[in-house]
Order: sequence, then C-alpha cells, then structure tokens
Amino acid sequence: MQYIPNIIFLLLLIAGVGYFTINIRKVIRNIKQGIPVDASDNKAERYGNVARIALGQSKMVKRPVSGILHFITYVGFIIINIEVLEIIIDGIFGTHRAFSGMGSVYGFLIACFEILAVLVFVSVVIFWLRRNIIKIKRFFKPEMKGWPKQDGNFILYFEMILMALFLIMNATDVPFQQMNNGNVISQHIAGFFSGTSESTLHIIERSAWWIHIIGILIFLNYLYFSKHLHILLAFPNVYFGRVTPKGQFKNNEAVTAEVKMMMDPNVDPFAAPPADAPAPAKFGASDVMDLTQIQLLNAYTCTECGRCTDECPANKTGKKLSPRKIMMDTRDRLQEVGKNLDANKGVFVPDNKQLLGDYISTEELWACTTCNACVEACPVSIDPLSIIMDMRQYLVMEQSAAPNELNVTMTNIENNGAPWPFNQQDRLNWAKE
Amino acid sequence: MSELLKVPTMAEFMAQGKQPEVLFWVGCAGSFDDRAKKITKAFVKLLNNAGVEFAVLGTEESCTGDPAKRAGNEFLFQMQAVTNIEVMNAYEVKKIVTACPHCFNTINNEYPQLGGKYEVMHHTQFLKELLNEGRLKVEGGKFKGKKITFHDPCYLGRANGEYEAPRDLLRKLEVELVEMKRCKTKGLCCGAGGSQMFKEAEPGTKEINIERTEEAIETGAEIIAAGCPFCNTMMTDGVKHEEKEGDVKVMDVAEMIATAGDL
Repeated sequence: MQYIPNIIFLLLLIAGVGYFTINIRKVIRNIKQGIPVDASDNKAERYGNVARIALGQSKMVKRPVSGILHFITYVGFIIINIEVLEIIIDGIFGTHRAFSGMGSVYGFLIACFEILAVLVFVSVVIFWLRRNIIKIKRFFKPEMKGWPKQDGNFILYFEMILMALFLIMNATDVPFQQMNNGNVISQHIAGFFSGTSESTLHIIERSAWWIHIIGILIFLNYLYFSKHLHILLAFPNVYFGRVTPKGQFKNNEAVTAEVKMMMDPNVDPFAAPPADAPAPAKFGASDVMDLTQIQLLNAYTCTECGRCTDECPANKTGKKLSPRKIMMDTRDRLQEVGKNLDANKGVFVPDNKQLLGDYISTEELWACTTCNACVEACPVSIDPLSIIMDMRQYLVMEQSAAPNELNVTMTNIENNGAPWPFNQQDRLNWAKE
Repeated sequence: MSELLKVPTMAEFMAQGKQPEVLFWVGCAGSFDDRAKKITKAFVKLLNNAGVEFAVLGTEESCTGDPAKRAGNEFLFQMQAVTNIEVMNAYEVKKIVTACPHCFNTINNEYPQLGGKYEVMHHTQFLKELLNEGRLKVEGGKFKGKKITFHDPCYLGRANGEYEAPRDLLRKLEVELVEMKRCKTKGLCCGAGGSQMFKEAEPGTKEINIERTEEAIETGAEIIAAGCPFCNTMMTDGVKHEEKEGDVKVMDVAEMIATAGDL
C-alpha cells in the first residue's frame, strides 16, 4: 500500500512523457513531408548562431522590454528545471527533497529557484498585461483572433500557476522551513499560513507538489497543440537558419536544368523523353510538400510574436500581407496534412486543398517588397520571405498568374533586356546626351 | 559638360587589347530612367576625376533579371543571368561596380551559382575605396553643415549588411547626419523592391513610399540621401506628394560628392 503514490507517479510520468513523444514524432514526420535540404555546410557559423541567437537571445533583446522579460522567463525556465529533477526522484523513490543533503549548495540552488520563480511570475504578469490591458498592436492583428489569442494567454496562466505552486509548496513544507536553508522567498509566504495546523499544511504542501508536477506534464503535452513549441524548436531552427546573405535568394535547380538544356546546342529539342523519365519538376510551391524541411521547421518554430509583421512595410501600410500569418498558415496546413496522414495509415490522400488559395491568398503574396525586414526581425531565424518567393514562382511559372503589369514588365525584359519598353541598342545613349 | 564624359566600352578596351580596372554595370534604371541617368553621369564624373580606368558594357548589357526573379519568374531570371554571364566571362571581367543595389545584390549573390564569379561593389563602397586610396577627394562644399538623412536601400543594407560606406562618405561631406527612427537593420523599405516598382501596390491604407518619406521629412533634413535609383524615384515621388519639393531634395550619395566637388 505504501508504494501506491510512487506507482501513480511513475504511471503519470510515463503517460506524460509517452504522449509527448508520440506527438513530437508526428512533428518530425510532418516536417519530413518537405523537400530535404543539405545543411551540412558552415558548421562553425551555425553553432555560433545557436550560441548567440538562440542561447544568447541576441535578437530578442533588440526590443529591450519584451527582450529582458523574455530573458528572465527563459533563464527561469531552464534553471527551475533542475528542481523538476529532484521532484521526479522524490516521486519515484518516495524520498522527500532528495538533494537536501547537499547542505549549503542546496540552499543556494533553492534560493536561486525561488528568486527566479518570483521574477518569472512578475514577467509573465507583465506579458499578460501587454497582451490584454495595454493591448500592444501586434497582438491584435486579424490572424491573432480566436485560438492564437487564447493560446498566448493559456501559456501565461500555466506559467503563473506553476510558479505559484512551486512557491506555495516550499512555503508549506514544514521540515523545509525548519531547515531554513535557501527559503529566501517562501519564508515570507509561510507567514500567510502561520495559523494553520501542521497537518493542514502537510495537505496543502502535498497538493501543491502533486498539482505542480501534474501541471508540468500537462504543459509539456500542451506544447504540441500550441505555438509554444518554440522553447524546443528554436534551437534546431536557428542552427538551420540561413548562413548566406539575406539578399541571396535560392537558385531553383529545376529551372537551371531547363535553362542549361535550352542553351546546349547538342540537345535535340524534339526528342521524346525516355519512358522511365521522372515526372517533370514542379516549379515553386503551392502546398507544404513543395516547401523545404527547413521552411516547415520554421513554421512549427514560430511563436507568433509578430515582430516580423510589425516591421513589414506592406503590413504597416494596411496591406493584407502579414509574414506571421504566412508562417501560421504553413503550420496549420501542415497540421492538416499530418491529420490526413494519421487517418490514412501514413499515406496522404488528396483533400482538394492546398496552402495556396485555401490558406494564403495571391493578394498577400503580391504585396511583398522582398525587403527582408521580417527575416531580420525574427528572433529565431525564421524566413517567411522564402515561402512567399516559392509561392510566387508557382504562380508565375506554373499558372502564368502574375499581375498584368508584371507580365508587361517581364515581356519587356525578355524582348528588350530592360523592364521598360526601351530598345537595348539605346542603352548607352545617356553618355551622349 | 557632357562632352567631357569619357565612357569607354568593354568592346573598345578589348579592341586595344586592354583590360579596364573595373566594369561599371550601369543597370536599366541608370541607362534609361531620366532621374537615374543623372546619377550615372555623376558617378562617371567621379570615376573620370579619380582617373579610374573603367568601361561599360553599353548595348551588350541587359537586365540582371532581379525584377523577374523577385516576381517569381525564375526562368526569365536565369536566362538573363546566363546571357549576361556569358558576355562578362568572354570579356574576362573580374571586378564590377554598380550604382544600383539590386544589380549589385544579384550579380554578387545570385550569379556565382550560375557560373558568374566576380568581385562586385556598390558604388558607395567603391567610392570609399577610392577615398581611402587617396584617389578621390571628398569635401563638404555646399553641403557642409547641412542636415542630411540617409535612406538605407534594402538590397544594400539588410540584404548585404552594408550600412557604413554611404554614411562614411556623407560624413566626409561634413554634413550633419541625422538618422530616421527606422534605420540600418530596421530601415523601412521605400516600397519598390520585389518588382513592386513595376506594379500598383496591393490595396491598403497608405503607400509605402509616403510612409517612408514622411519619416525622412520629420528628421528636418534638407536632403534625403539615397543609394539606389529605385529608392530615389520612390522618395522623390513621396516628397512631391507631401508638396515639399521646395524644402527637401532627394539626391544620390554620388551626386552629392560630385556636386560638392564642383564636377
């Protein structure tokens, strides 16, 4: 009988971690629906980016208020997780504060946890105020209605509750308070419980302890259904982020093959393709499967902070384009494809839907000035512009669906070598004028 | 003045069995657009003045393909690129300078994969190099002490990380350089990139160039310095829209240096 709590704990832990693992494997499977990319180059620079941008949060602090608050939450999250290790050991082996034998080291750690817990709590409250009372504009764009708005708040409530439970659990832990080692914050909270009997305190402490660890497991599993996956994916995403100049748009190899063939005088233009020839490559992207695995990882990493949209010149001037929405749409469509795979034993059954049109409109795509402000703004190296470009390629090369003025421009380039209707032979006239 | 402009072509150099120091890639705007042609001429005056042996491709130059690529027509882009690369490789071009950040970006970043590997410089970078080598003199002249703001072209700044070369030149002109709130990495686009120059903007509440010009005018600058022919057009239109033509001028950095030097 005495082992029942241990067994319950172990079962909860296995269920929590197990379900999370199942979902993470789905994320990986979904990302693999994209085109593989070789990112084995520039290892040193890539690790440098992870150290600077992901671990060091160098881009987050470009906006100092949210940057510093986020830094506190991030450090708090990582460090307080050491405490979770003790909780798991206690839960499995039925010990109480298994690490407390470490004496002053333990006191120091607990003091850090408690101070960070308060700082995180305060930061999260400020985050909540920014989203709900101050109403910072970028959290109120059209794509932030409904679930994305709720999701943002749920995460904040989770964090508030977890931090509060951690402090209450320490404050009502009578032996821990008597030990008086590291309880820098909780000793003051303990004051609120001064009239309470020891047995009641024990019940409160145990309840807080259980709800805290169950809350952590629920939060862990919530990640998959939330924008909050960034706490894990930001690191690989920054690693796979671009290491070339932002102005260098990728070369479409399928087109290069065609162009080379056209320029090669030895190619017979009327030759029938061999019977076993692969289907001709599709130019550009109309659905998530046409995007690269890195672009799909980008989509899962996006935490909808909206810094991209806030910097986007098109969005600033009232156009429909929002780079954040491009990323959210890509992720939502990929999740839809994932559910399709689940329902059909891992084989995608066409659902007459695609990213282009059903999620992202041509009006959004044609509003982009390719200025790279969104790419620059993203704190975790997401590249919304690359998706816009791939979809424009599909529109123009597969559907001939460019706006008419651009068709005229392109015809001019083709015929005169300039976007305007001037004769190439007049190109040097300026020198004689 | 124009008879003083020396604009040799690559073909002429080749006929003499010589190689120029650098190829000046003029670009479509620089060749055909009336406003941009003035920038081209100002830059040529500076090159002549510094004794730079340069050449242009002239009628052998063709659009780099940037607007086609950004509009999604990768096929047209690559056709333009391989044609230009063939011409330049035939002339054994090593070094290129251009006054257009779009040409600069495309040749520098997107031609290498298609077989065109050159050292490419934006004209502000090149002028700064001439200045450092002591071949070019930059002095304040009529701009001394004037309030000037610099508008970062996206394809020079964010796209290629060059923020200082144009500013260094402006500082040499002894101007009072004032920055807009959104500058350098956070610089706001003029609205022309990604082929927007050649189409109407999508429906919205404001034109991007108006938003940007207002910001530039707010600094109180007398001159909006630019480093891109397309930004120049967009900002000039913006100034007209605000009816400030009398107070604010839009000038390329090269034009300012040429004017200051009385060229």
